Amino acid sequence: MLESIQITKKFVGKTAVDGISMRLEQGHIYALLGPNGSGKTTWMKMVSGLIKPTSGEIRYNGNLIGIGTRKEIAYMSTEPYFYNWMTVENVGKYYQDFFDDFSMDRYNLMIQNMDLTGKLKVKSLSSGMMAKLKVAVTMARDAKIYLLDEPLNGIDLLARDAVMNMILQAASNDKTLIISSHLVEELETVVDKAIFIKESHLAGVYDVEALRVYDNISLADKYREVFSNVSMGGVR
Amino acid sequence: MQYDSKLPIYLQVINAIKMDIINERIKCGQKLPSNRELAVTYTINPNTAARVYQELEREGVCFTRRGMGTFVTEDETIIKDIRTQMADEAIVEFLKKINELGISVEEAVNMIRQREE
Repeated sequence: MLESIQITKKFVGKTAVDGISMRLEQGHIYALLGPNGSGKTTWMKMVSGLIKPTSGEIRYNGNLIGIGTRKEIAYMSTEPYFYNWMTVENVGKYYQDFFDDFSMDRYNLMIQNMDLTGKLKVKSLSSGMMAKLKVAVTMARDAKIYLLDEPLNGIDLLARDAVMNMILQAASNDKTLIISSHLVEELETVVDKAIFIKESHLAGVYDVEALRVYDNISLADKYREVFSNVSMGGVR
Repeated sequence: MQYDSKLPIYLQVINAIKMDIINERIKCGQKLPSNRELAVTYTINPNTAARVYQELEREGVCFTRRGMGTFVTEDETIIKDIRTQMADEAIVEFLKKINELGISVEEAVNMIRQREE
């Protein structure tokens, strides 16, 4: 179980995350939703231990986030983080050096399934191929929590399908997946929980299928309800 | 598969599977994909996939063999029943629309006959 307890991050002149408290259970795929600049990335970076909260704490199975939890939590950032000289193969080796739970076999299998070849230079990859590579190298780790920051951003339909496929292959009862996106519709069928972050605050955690069963609304409808004052029109 | 994102996903997948069974794209007694395979094939959450099988099992459409997976029932009366049930749902849906248009059932039946001719 991942606990975010009154977590706050202040940067000079701006509070990026403001008192977010929630519990995330294993066996679920969470969507982390909110407009750009709402604090999603900052929250993810705190969970992965890359930046420290100003106040509050994050615990995984009772332990504070730190060196000890790093091997259980895999994080994929939005910005590309490979060196230009690297090939797809180098990226795998680079990860293998860093993470004990990295499986080269799984990585190679995913790379193969996605028509990427080991000799390809990272700098020559299209944005769709780069997106697939980033997800593949992250999901090739055998972590307990996977944080994927905007894995669907700026990629075509087929690359999105491939990314979703990898995500669903990796999901299991003992893992927690957290996917941030502003492409709500893309996540509609894949996530079972949705976390809304609005202006640095938690604006609710919802069971996505329950929204459909009990309220007859989609995740996208809920998103509109939470984030905008625009009515849904007379469609319903 | 195209989903209506306002309707429960598990029900939409259940209906798709039932339709495949009725049309014999999936045969009686055939083994169904694992939870994970189902999730990947339909691009759905693994918990939704599990719920699909739970419901289908509850309705007697499929059953689990310990350690072997989920199979379609071999009882053809159950398949006939789900066919009738799905036809019934389609009729209810149809009648609702016809009613909204202010057309009586007799009128609708005549319209269907004319179309068939």
